[in-house]
Amino acid sequence: MNAVCIDNHDSALAWQALAAVEDPEIPALSIVDLGLIRYIEPRPDGTLEIGLSPTYVGCPATEVIRRSAELALRDAGVGACVVTQVLSPAWTSDWITAEGRRKLESYGIVPPERSVANMRDVLRGDRPVACPRCQSVDTETLSQFGSTPCKALHRCRACLEPFEYFKCI
Amino acid sequence: MSAAMDRVEAQALFRYVLRLGDLSLILGQRLGEWVGHSPALEEDLGLANIALDLIGQARLLLTYAGEVEGRGRGEDDIAFLREHGEYLNPILAEQPNGDFGRTIVRQVLIDAFQLELYERMTASTDERLAAIAAKSVKEIRYHLRYSGGWLVRLGDGTDESHARVQSALEALWPYTVELFAEDELDRTMADSGVAPRLSDVQLAWAQRIDAILGEATLQRPRDRPHSWHGKRGQHSEHLGYMLAEMQHLQRTYPGARW
Repeated sequence: MNAVCIDNHDSALAWQALAAVEDPEIPALSIVDLGLIRYIEPRPDGTLEIGLSPTYVGCPATEVIRRSAELALRDAGVGACVVTQVLSPAWTSDWITAEGRRKLESYGIVPPERSVANMRDVLRGDRPVACPRCQSVDTETLSQFGSTPCKALHRCRACLEPFEYFKCI
Repeated sequence: MSAAMDRVEAQALFRYVLRLGDLSLILGQRLGEWVGHSPALEEDLGLANIALDLIGQARLLLTYAGEVEGRGRGEDDIAFLREHGEYLNPILAEQPNGDFGRTIVRQVLIDAFQLELYERMTASTDERLAAIAAKSVKEIRYHLRYSGGWLVRLGDGTDESHARVQSALEALWPYTVELFAEDELDRTMADSGVAPRLSDVQLAWAQRIDAILGEATLQRPRDRPHSWHGKRGQHSEHLGYMLAEMQHLQRTYPGARW
């Protein structure tokens, strides 16, 4: 019974510590906001296992996130833990939390369209993305790939400002 | 280790996973050559991002290949310390970039192949491959949206751009035959449910390609008999030059790390 109490305490501590780990590319968001932490579970040997999903398979930030997470857990005084990469089910932009979407928006990045249920449609393009500055829907896609794999580059034809869109994946 | 290991021999699975991983690795390395040389900053970013995704696929696949092989080789050993004849990518992947249009043609042909292959492989009896496929296919959709979009713009663009991509299509088309040439290894994988049947992949691929070519006002070249065997380790001269550059650091300073 005692062990379980300690585990729960450690889990809560771990969630708290990870909620403060910034995404290296979008520091406004934590890795918990992005929905990258899939689970925190004690193993039979008492080690705490943290399931971490990569956003994109080749994203260079993945290694940094893993290391920052390990450091944060250590600094928070969480006991022995191990970070495991979780590929399946694959991370989706649907897992970004409501708080995460709000932070993206106030950071000037348009949050992804909700629900990736029919990805075949994505091949033909999204619905028009509204400009985060003037709200006009008269916008165009400049590139499917922006400064990071997870963002596309758009431009508003009304206010002529470029802006980023967090891709639906 | 995995469900598939009970059904197929480790050596066969190892070779099959290498085919997949080497396609991603070699195409990713090729696209990386565009960094700093693209026609516009947006395309530099686009091609580099696609290259990154492909290297990411290669890392997952080559790591898995090393585990299946069971000789203690990791992703880096497999990527950087093999010889020419040990790479099992179809030779379309290693064809030189040429101009931007030619790179786009090669990309459309391979993106559509990977899309149809990995969509089906999400149902693989090999859990690990199913997971890698499910992860990768989401990104590949964006790759094809990019490359397909550019092929339409270039094909249905000026006389010059149309002529260039049509001629690139004529030059690269013969290599597509190898993607679908089913050999014993492909058959073994399909029979055990590890991989989809290549004939099914080809049917879907051809429909997708025809639709894009139609919109791009390009003529689909005729299929011709081929004798390419990159999937068995027989490559064009281009791969050697690529490997010399790619492997230089690890060969010169073994074990060097960032």
